[in-house]
Formats: sequence, structure tokens, C-alpha cells
Amino acid sequence: MGATASKLPKDQLSEYQELTFLTKQEILLAHKRFNELLEREDRQQIGGSRVPMNKILTLPELKSNPFRRRICQVFSTSDLRDGSLSFEDFLDLLSAFSDSATLEIKSHYAFRIFDFDDDGTLDTGDLEKLVNCLTGEMDNTRLTSEEMKQLINNILEESDIDKDGTVNLSEFQHVISRSPDFVSSFKIVL
Amino acid sequence: MARLKEEVEEKKKLIATLRNKPWRMKRRLQNLKEAQGFVEKFEGALGKGKGRKLYAFKVMMAKKLIKFNRDFENFKTACIPWERKIKEVESHFGSSVASYFIFLRWMYGLNLVLFGFMFGLVIIPEVLMGLPQGSIPRKTVPRDEQDTAMDFSVLSEFGGYFRYSVIFYGYYNNQNTIGFLKFRLPLSYFLVGIGIFGYSLMVVIRTMARNANEGGDGADESEFTFCWKLFTSWDYLIGNPETADNKYASITTSFKESIVDEQENQKDENIHLRRFLRVLANVLITCSLGGSGYLIYFVVKRSQDYAKMDSSQLSWYQKNEVEFVMSLLGLVCPPLFETIAELEDYHPRIALKWQLARIFALFLGNLYTFLFALIDDVNEKLEKEKVIKNETIWALNQYYANYTLYHNVTQNIPLPEIAPADVIRGPCWETEVGIEFVKLTVSDIEVTYLTILIGDFMRALIVRFLNYCWCWDLEAGFPSYGEFDISGNVLGLIFNQGMIWMGTFYAPGLMGINILRLVSSMYLQCWAVMSSNVPHERVFKASRSNNFYMGILLLVLFLSLMPVVYTMMTMSPSFDCGPFSGREKMYDVVIETIQNLPPFMANIFTYASNPGLIISIVLLMVLAIYYLNTVSKAYQKANMDLKRKIQMQRDEEKNRRNNKDSTNQVMKDLEDLMPNKSLIPPPAAEEPANPAPPSKSPKVTGKAGTAATGRGVNLQRDVSLAAANPRGPVTRPPGPRGPGPLPGVGRGHPPGPGRGRGRGGPPPLR
Repeated sequence: MGATASKLPKDQLSEYQELTFLTKQEILLAHKRFNELLEREDRQQIGGSRVPMNKILTLPELKSNPFRRRICQVFSTSDLRDGSLSFEDFLDLLSAFSDSATLEIKSHYAFRIFDFDDDGTLDTGDLEKLVNCLTGEMDNTRLTSEEMKQLINNILEESDIDKDGTVNLSEFQHVISRSPDFVSSFKIVL
Repeated sequence: MARLKEEVEEKKKLIATLRNKPWRMKRRLQNLKEAQGFVEKFEGALGKGKGRKLYAFKVMMAKKLIKFNRDFENFKTACIPWERKIKEVESHFGSSVASYFIFLRWMYGLNLVLFGFMFGLVIIPEVLMGLPQGSIPRKTVPRDEQDTAMDFSVLSEFGGYFRYSVIFYGYYNNQNTIGFLKFRLPLSYFLVGIGIFGYSLMVVIRTMARNANEGGDGADESEFTFCWKLFTSWDYLIGNPETADNKYASITTSFKESIVDEQENQKDENIHLRRFLRVLANVLITCSLGGSGYLIYFVVKRSQDYAKMDSSQLSWYQKNEVEFVMSLLGLVCPPLFETIAELEDYHPRIALKWQLARIFALFLGNLYTFLFALIDDVNEKLEKEKVIKNETIWALNQYYANYTLYHNVTQNIPLPEIAPADVIRGPCWETEVGIEFVKLTVSDIEVTYLTILIGDFMRALIVRFLNYCWCWDLEAGFPSYGEFDISGNVLGLIFNQGMIWMGTFYAPGLMGINILRLVSSMYLQCWAVMSSNVPHERVFKASRSNNFYMGILLLVLFLSLMPVVYTMMTMSPSFDCGPFSGREKMYDVVIETIQNLPPFMANIFTYASNPGLIISIVLLMVLAIYYLNTVSKAYQKANMDLKRKIQMQRDEEKNRRNNKDSTNQVMKDLEDLMPNKSLIPPPAAEEPANPAPPSKSPKVTGKAGTAATGRGVNLQRDVSLAAANPRGPVTRPPGPRGPGPLPGVGRGHPPGPGRGRGRGGPPPLR
């Protein structure tokens, strides 16, 4: 690292403060951690460089998360769609997962993360993949296909208001807004 | 001109809400720069003419204010203590264990403020401006106690020098004003006592309201069980692979359980046997509650007898019997309740609620029995005091008679010159009560720390080191490592706070002791959790939101307010100690002050305390509560109506697509059903909790549009936004998980029912 680590210019810092839910200390900490992930030669130019997904996934906060790849993909703005994050993407990620983010932002991003095939709705395939993510990849911890079917039926019964077999964003937000745990568990803090 | 102003305002609002929009940073930066440029360009233009300088000044002040606010927010966040520690605990144990520490930190903040009040407005003035130690009788150790006043055994009972110091009520002088500032100490003492309760009440209710706003605690728990399990059960703060494995196991178990539960709900087992067992269990528990109450009463009475005997003849056990028995009951009864509750065979979450309710009843019963016994004691002391008062007056009269005899003077007889240590002293009952509370708190602290050290730390050491030479696997089998008992600890914290609230009026130093306790508790428990506990196997949140524990705290606040107010109103203060000595009742000090105020203020107070006025205010509040209740019920009904409407519309769409005309009648009925006004977006209080989901079809039909138009359009935009950022289909399945459960300490699989604590009930930590 050393003395050549680039510093965040002040006006950019205040702009980021204006546009995200993060405080100044959090932004500076994010800058430091992002710097550590970059290759040595990219460190001067923190604005433009991207960190590849496999490096982001080494962060201890994301390492044990079952949705880590989806998170990287949702927040990445790279044209190659390879899940690499620039510094601004990283700030977006931290802002959406921060303590002071609103319920709407969190539920919006949660929906995007759970939408594995990116079609704007959570259909049976998405829900199945979601359940498998949460129950682990081992065979003895997975649900049997009957249990899976029963579970997905129950979920659609509870949340699908217009009965079209999928959960769209507004239905998802309706379910999430009633949950008292969501806001406190959907948090990542550096 | 006005339009320009409007646009500038709009841009400013956009800048303020930019962070709420789920856009990419690039787009937001663009919008920000645009809006800022626009505002700067035209703001200058608006300030043309005479008001230009003033306008520019106002604009500059507004900008500075925004910057100041932001810096202040940053500063406030930086001031919050223990953030790193709690984050570490969170990443290892998940957010439910961390919520205990966050609660502890909140309590610390509350107590710090209360301590500030007590210290700054009562203790410091008395120390700086009051008479020094040893100058008047109440501040001096009596002659016969002086030899033993510095002994450790006496000091550890809070006798000796501690008893006659600022820690307790008896030290304070009853002069109306002291020092050159003319500080009214008795009035300040009384008002601080009341103010402590008022401030705590305000803070607790404010926190409850804030939690209720965020967390929708009104939702029926069974409404969305599966959805919540699926969408909200993962805790994103977990950063430790072991914890993550445990979490996967617990989520799997909970899915399987709820699927089975759903099917089993129809089964109806032997209901009579179950009812009988439940009644039996309740009877047993009521008996044990009654037994513990009686035991405490008996022990307190006995301790009063001991107090009359010579203290050097009593053993340590006899002196500390009360505290010992109370702590013992607190340790033994909860596991006993849990064992009896096995008879009842409830669903684990319900069983946990019953357990918490019973522990609450136990502590409450114990505390109140203790108080009743104490009040008996106080009444006895008041009787004794009358006797001593009579003696003192008699002695004084004798002295005056002698003096007159010898010096032939009947007026202006100087007061007898007795050293303060030799004056006859009454039994200062308030100090006695204060001492009892302080002793109780200190023993509570000792018991908690011992339980942590022995119950958790020793146990972890034994399991870790004896495992090498023991026949069965200690780590997976019988003792194994402890789990952190969240509910037991939170209840302990709440009851400790209740005792502090009760005792502070009689022992101002108790607040300081509590602050020390909270700080040391934070460090000790963080260390203990990280070193000797393992993450929970089953994640059972007894409270679906923080408001459950806040509600208990509020109840405890009221219950601890009552004894203090009772003693303030009905008992007369001691005649020779404390700031209210010499008065009939403690609140007389307020009445005296009011009477000494300038006449018009006294008039105001007289009018304000008119019963007619008070009764009408109370009636008004009752009416307001009734009105708000009705309004909230109406909102719920409107919610149901909207849901039904959406379903009907969807059916109509489907039928229309399949070319069935039979739905027209339904649509007509629907039109009649729709009250004209209720489809305006529900008022702001409801909005965050109930966004009305519009129909799914891309074209916004006329009917659907009326349902909360603004939100409907926005939500549509968001849905289309999701489509606008297209990716190819995810060809890679979610990545492979890390290595399986670690050997040795790992507990990836939920063990069988052999563990009596698998239900997450509180083990003997209390």
C-alpha cells in the first residue's frame, strides 16, 4: 500500500455523501478497502478501474453469503456483465445495504438479487434456486422435490395477489414491508 | 417568475431525495450535477432587484446549515461507542445476539443521562456548597459506630462511612437554599427524582414509536410465514463460515418444520389429556411462584429480627440472607419452569413466550414481596422515630429548664453544645431503604458475573480440555459449549433497571454504581460471548420486533414508579436526616416554593390544579384515543377492500382474454362497491407500510390507475427498470459452497432431541 494510495478528492466525497446513505467515515473506509482489492498498478486511478468478481468475493463480509455472486452481478455496471465492480458500484452496494437505507431501496435491491434470471419477476425457477441457495448444496440438507413443491405453493399462495404464478416487484414489496426483521437483517457493514 | 421559483424548489427537492432512488451512481451523479447547475444559475436570477443581497445571504446560510447538519450527523455517528465490538459479535453470532448488546448500549446511554441529572443537580451542589462532612449530626458517624466505621466488613454492608456520605439520602441537608448561588437543594432533589421517571418514560416511548414505524409490528405473524422465511431469514451480517453453516442448517430445519406444521394443523390429538396436562403444569407453576413469594417475605422478616441483634454475633450467611435467597430463586426457578413446561407440549415459540411471561411474573412477585416487607419495616421505624423524637424534645426541655435555673434567663437560650457525633439519632428509614436497594443491586451484579465466569467460561474450559480424556464427546454430547441466552439476559437487564429506578430516589449514588456496572458488563459479556459461546442452532426470536422488550421495559418503569410515588405521598420523611426533614410530607417542598413565587404565578398553579380542568383534559385524551383507534380500523378495512379489488380485476382480465362476458356484471358491481374517496393514496402514515400493488398488466387501465396513481406509475417504472438492465441468462449456478462443517467444534447438523435446551429457552444465567 504505502504512500502512493490515492485519496478521494473532497468535492467527490461531498457528492457521494449527498447521493448515498453513507457517512463520511464509511465512505473513506470503503475507499480504503476498495484500494486494497485493486491491483497495485491500478491504485492511482481509483475512479475508472474495476475489481473482478473473484476478488470482491474475498471480502470477509461477502465470503459467507449465499447470494454473493448475485449481489456482485446486480450492482455491477460493467458492459461485459462479468460482475466486476467499480468504486461507484461498490458505494452503491454499501449504500443499499447500509443501516439508514430506506425500506424501498432495500426491497428493490432484494428483489433484483433474488431474480436469478433477470426477467423482472420471481417465478418458480427463481424461487427454487433461492431455496436451494438457503439450504445448502449438500444432498442431505436439500429439500426433497415434494417438499420443494409444497413450499413454493405455499409461498405463491401467500404472496401472489393477482394469481399469475409469479411474484412481481410490488407484491414482493408488499410482503417485505410487513416483515419486522427484513430491515435489520438486510445489512452489510464494513 | 413564480414558475422559475417552483422549478428551482423542485430541483432542490430532487437533490435531497436522490439517494432514495434505486438508480446507478452514474445516473445519479449526472442528475445531481444537472440539478445543482440549474439551481445555481437561476438562484442568482431570482434575487434580482432590491432583495438581491438578502436573498443571496439567505441562500448562503441555507447551504451552510445543510453542511453543518451533515457534519453533525457524521460526528454523532463517530461518537457511538463500541461499534467495532458489536460488529464483531454480529458477524459471528448473527443479529439476534447482537441486538442484546445494542440494547445494552442503549441502556447505557439512558443511564448516562440520568446520572448526569443526579450528579450535576444534586450531588455536586451538596458537595461543593453544602456543609462539609462531620459538621452536623446527619453527616457524622455516631460516636458508638466510629471504631468500626472503616472496617471492610462494615463498609461492604454499606454501613460506616458509606452510610453517612453522599451516596445515601440521609446525608443531604434540609436548608432551603445553600451557597452563594442560593441553590434550592430540597426542591432540586424532589424534581430530579420525578424528572428521572419522566425522562425515562419519554425516551422509552419515543423508541417504541420509532420501532413501530420501521418494523410493522402490527402484521399478523401467521400471515406471511413462508414468504418471510424465504426472503428475510438470511442474516447478511454473518461473516463467519461456521455461523453461516449453522444458519443454513437452521433455515433448512425451519422450512421442513413449517411444511410439516402446515400439514399437521389439521390433526387433532387427544385434546383432553393435553388440556389436563396444561392445567396441571399451570397449577404447579403457580404454586412455585407463591412459594417463592412467601419464602422472600419470611426471609426479610427474619432479617429484620437479625438487625435488632448485635451484628458481631451474626454469621455472614445470616447477614446476607435476603440477597442470597433472592439470587438463588432467580437462578433455580427458570429451569424449573422450563422442565414443568415440557408437560404442556406447546409449539416452541409459544412455549418460549409462556416461559418469558412466567419469569417475568417470578421477578415481579419477588420484587414486590420484598417491597412489602420493606414497607412494614419502614412503618416500624417511623414508630420508633416518634419515640426518639419525644426523647429528644424531652432532653432539650430538660436542658432549657436547667439553664434557666442556673442562669436566670428565660429567653434566647443558646442551643446546647454537643458534638455532632453524640447527638441522639433517629433511625433514618430512607437511608435504610437506600442501603437495601444498593445491597440488592451489588449482589445482583456479583451473581451475574459469577454465573458468566462459571457457567460459561469454566464450562468452555472444561469441555475443551477434558475432552481429550473423557469417555464421550463432551463437545457434541452433554455439556458442550453454552449458547448465549438472549432473553434471559435482556430480562435481567430490564429488571436491574427497574431496581435502579426504584432505588435512586433513596440512594443517589446508585446511578453511578449502575453506570460502572453497565460498562464493565459490556466488556465482560462481549469477551465471554466471543470466547466461550457458540452460535445458536435454532434461531428463535422470541420477539419479532424490539418492541416486545421495550414494552416490558415500559411496564417495569410504571411498576417501579408506583412504590416511589406511594412513599413520597403517604410517608412522612425522617425528622433528622435528608433534604425533607422537618416537613410533614415530601411534596411540601414544592408547595412551599409555589407559595413563595410571585402572586400571579401562584394563581396560575391554583387554576391549573382545579379538578374540573383536570377531569376535562382526561376526558379529551380518552376521546382522542378512541378516535385514533377507529381511524386505524378503517384503514385496515380499506386495505382488505383494495386487495379484493385487485383480485377481481385480475379475474376480469383473464376472463376478458378468454372472451367470457360474464364478468361485466362483476365490474359493474365493482364500480358500485368502490367508494369514491378511498382510492386516493392512503395518508402518509400508512404509505410506507402498505404500498397498494397495482395490477400487473403493462397498460395501466383506468380503474387500476385510480388506485394510488402516483405510486402505481412509479412502481411501473421500477419494474420496467429491472428489464432495462438486461443480462444474459445466468448460465453459472450459484457458486459451490466452501468446505463443509469444520471438525471438532462444528455443529452443522442439528443434533437429536437429547438437548433439553434445544428450544432456546433461558438457561440458568440469571
